[in-house]
Amino acid sequence: MTGSMLKTQSLPYCKGCGHDLIAVHTTKALERLGYDPLDVIMVTDIGCHGIIDKCLNTHTVHGLHGRSAALGAGVFFGLEDTDKKVVVFIGDCGATIGLQHILEAARLNLDICVVVHNNMLYGMTGGQTSGLTPQGFRTTTSGEGNPLTAYDICQLTHTAGASYVARIAGIGDISADLEKAFSQKGFSLIEIMEICPSYGVKLNPGRKLKDVVKESGREFGEWLGNRQVFTHQQGKKNSDLLQQLQLIKKQFSHKLDDLQTIVISGSAGEGVQLSANLLAKAAMSTGLEVTQKGSYPVTVGVGFSTAEINLSPDSVNFHGISIPRIAIITSTDGLNHNRNRIQQMGSGTLYIDSSLTPPETSAKIISRDFRSMGARNASIYAMMYYIQESGVFDMEAIYHIMEMEGKSGKLPVEKIREALND
Amino acid sequence: MQNTEKTGRTLIDGSRLMIEALARAGADAFIGYPITPANLLYLYGSQRMDLMLSAPDEITTLQWMAGLSATGKLPVTATSFPGYALMLESVNMAYMMELPMVIILVQRLGPATGTATCGAQGDLLLLHGSISGGHPMPVLATSGFEDCWKLAAKAAEVAVRLRTPVVLLTSKEEVMTQKSFDTSLLETIERVDRPWYSKTCCSYKSYKPGNLVPDFLPVIQKEHQVRLNASTHDQEGILQHSTTEAMENTRRLEEKVINRMNEYIIYEHDIQAGADTLIVAYGITASAARDAAASLRRKGKPTDLLVPASLLPIPAEYLDILGRYSKVVIAEENMNHQLATLLYGQQIPKNIQLVNKLGKMISPEEIIKEVLP
Repeated sequence: MTGSMLKTQSLPYCKGCGHDLIAVHTTKALERLGYDPLDVIMVTDIGCHGIIDKCLNTHTVHGLHGRSAALGAGVFFGLEDTDKKVVVFIGDCGATIGLQHILEAARLNLDICVVVHNNMLYGMTGGQTSGLTPQGFRTTTSGEGNPLTAYDICQLTHTAGASYVARIAGIGDISADLEKAFSQKGFSLIEIMEICPSYGVKLNPGRKLKDVVKESGREFGEWLGNRQVFTHQQGKKNSDLLQQLQLIKKQFSHKLDDLQTIVISGSAGEGVQLSANLLAKAAMSTGLEVTQKGSYPVTVGVGFSTAEINLSPDSVNFHGISIPRIAIITSTDGLNHNRNRIQQMGSGTLYIDSSLTPPETSAKIISRDFRSMGARNASIYAMMYYIQESGVFDMEAIYHIMEMEGKSGKLPVEKIREALND
Repeated sequence: MQNTEKTGRTLIDGSRLMIEALARAGADAFIGYPITPANLLYLYGSQRMDLMLSAPDEITTLQWMAGLSATGKLPVTATSFPGYALMLESVNMAYMMELPMVIILVQRLGPATGTATCGAQGDLLLLHGSISGGHPMPVLATSGFEDCWKLAAKAAEVAVRLRTPVVLLTSKEEVMTQKSFDTSLLETIERVDRPWYSKTCCSYKSYKPGNLVPDFLPVIQKEHQVRLNASTHDQEGILQHSTTEAMENTRRLEEKVINRMNEYIIYEHDIQAGADTLIVAYGITASAARDAAASLRRKGKPTDLLVPASLLPIPAEYLDILGRYSKVVIAEENMNHQLATLLYGQQIPKNIQLVNKLGKMISPEEIIKEVLP
């Protein structure tokens, strides 16, 4: 034993409250296990259990109602010294509010212990029913007895993957039970059943604690798990994000002397964003400045996919495109998404798949069977056709980028080259 | 940024710059969950940070971050409005506990789920009212790739120096759009030290202030007891009702953010001789404002530009600057001119012209039209 965990023997609880018992025996168990008070991080939240902080010589972290399990998990993630112990106090109401936090900590099998003070109701706010109030138990909001079945926090936690779960009665010396819970490697939860003296005892006169638990269909006991305990190495990664990038040198030439605004649009999954990306990188290899913006519906695999690309000899600030100079359209989805602005094009060029009827526009229209390369390659083909037809920059730039990006083997480059040479 | 050598020229997005900058500044954990349009930040966080944890929800995210911060880590998350809304109580907790962290808020079109893949600038007033009691939380807004780099590092620095959550405000188009960029011109980022209280002679109080900010000690050391508390508390960190000491502590939370603003007031004021017109824009709209100002100057209309990076608390300098012009145009991608409201409340002066838009980026032409009606 290296020091007393409790600062005072005078604890701030009502006469007969089980929280007093839990606090005394928690500290007793930790002392018996040899923890120094400052090797213990006690995480509490809102509720009568949380006012214990001031009586402790441990580190204390006092958080939000129902969140102490998640807060304690966060503390655990930051520990590199496994000699530390994170103990989480929470009430039955907090456990209801933060059920997901408890299950997540159990699922990950974090090495923390959660002590659930189940006094069967919201004590601090006036004796209301919680999600852990046993069926039939009277509270200030269920005068005829709670008509609903309570969560079985022990079974839920056990199923989620905890190393150790126990339900005990908060009567007598419970320090050995707590010592066992604190000794586990991995996530442990101990639900300690009590009856709130201020509300529970008064509203349920004559009922004994063990009878209430038994009559609600719960049993005392312990449940063991064997899931792997979380280790910190699981998340370790560290690579410089800038080193991952492929640098693009100027190797080719372009013919632009002003901003070129391009819209490429088709259907999701048909290579629209890829073709825009290749176009942008190829343009960079000619010394142009570029921007590439994607636009698509919230569903990833269906509907339109539109890319807006700016190519410019000068740096580009504003990258939005209202009416483009160039529109490359390869499917009905793409046409419908851009119909209005194509109609507003007073000049420029519309490259459109021959299966589509061009809208009325003042742009020059070039219709070609871009989908002949297959739907997945239609956008790539159309983009390459635009480069060749417009002469915006060296055609070799796009072949170079496709090679550099490892796309040459994945895309029908030679087939497209032949089609372009026809 | 003048691009001459172009030795590091690449196609890049703002998300990558932000995460790399944060990592270099000392952020060592990314906690989050996938949400559009913060997806890339989540991806890069998983590749770059020493510790990356996928939380099951937004509340858990902030709670885990707070726990990590209590141990001395500097955690980062990225979200958009739906996630931020759920985080809010926990953001208040971190603010009250004085736990440093960086929250990247990527704005998208609301209300509610709105359109996840559409950018917006609709969350400024939400940030203004984020902390119960109206207390200010530092908010820095990125207006270009250089900002994604510099302000991300600054956000980490402010979070540590002031022991507070800091929001890095951005939007979909800033973090997902790719642009040609020369990374070799990026400034070196120094790692932010997070000094610990080191005196062994004296007792430590978790909330005893020095220059308005308490010395930090993590809960992983055993020289001194640490008490962190989300409820109203005294200097020791013990829960109090509304004692004098506790109220002083609560007042200090606001005072440290306001009185030490000079450490993080950042803005761009691009001036031209003879200009009587000022364009004001932040975030994604700053790019349109820059083009608009340049275009107006080419046309012979002297025009100045103010791009505020420090948005909250709102620096008094901004009102001083705006007051020097006979005409001011404030452009924001929302329908209720949130920056103008922050500056002037409901009494927006008649010489302030507003350009607002919903669901689309504001173009340079729309700003020019307001300058030259």
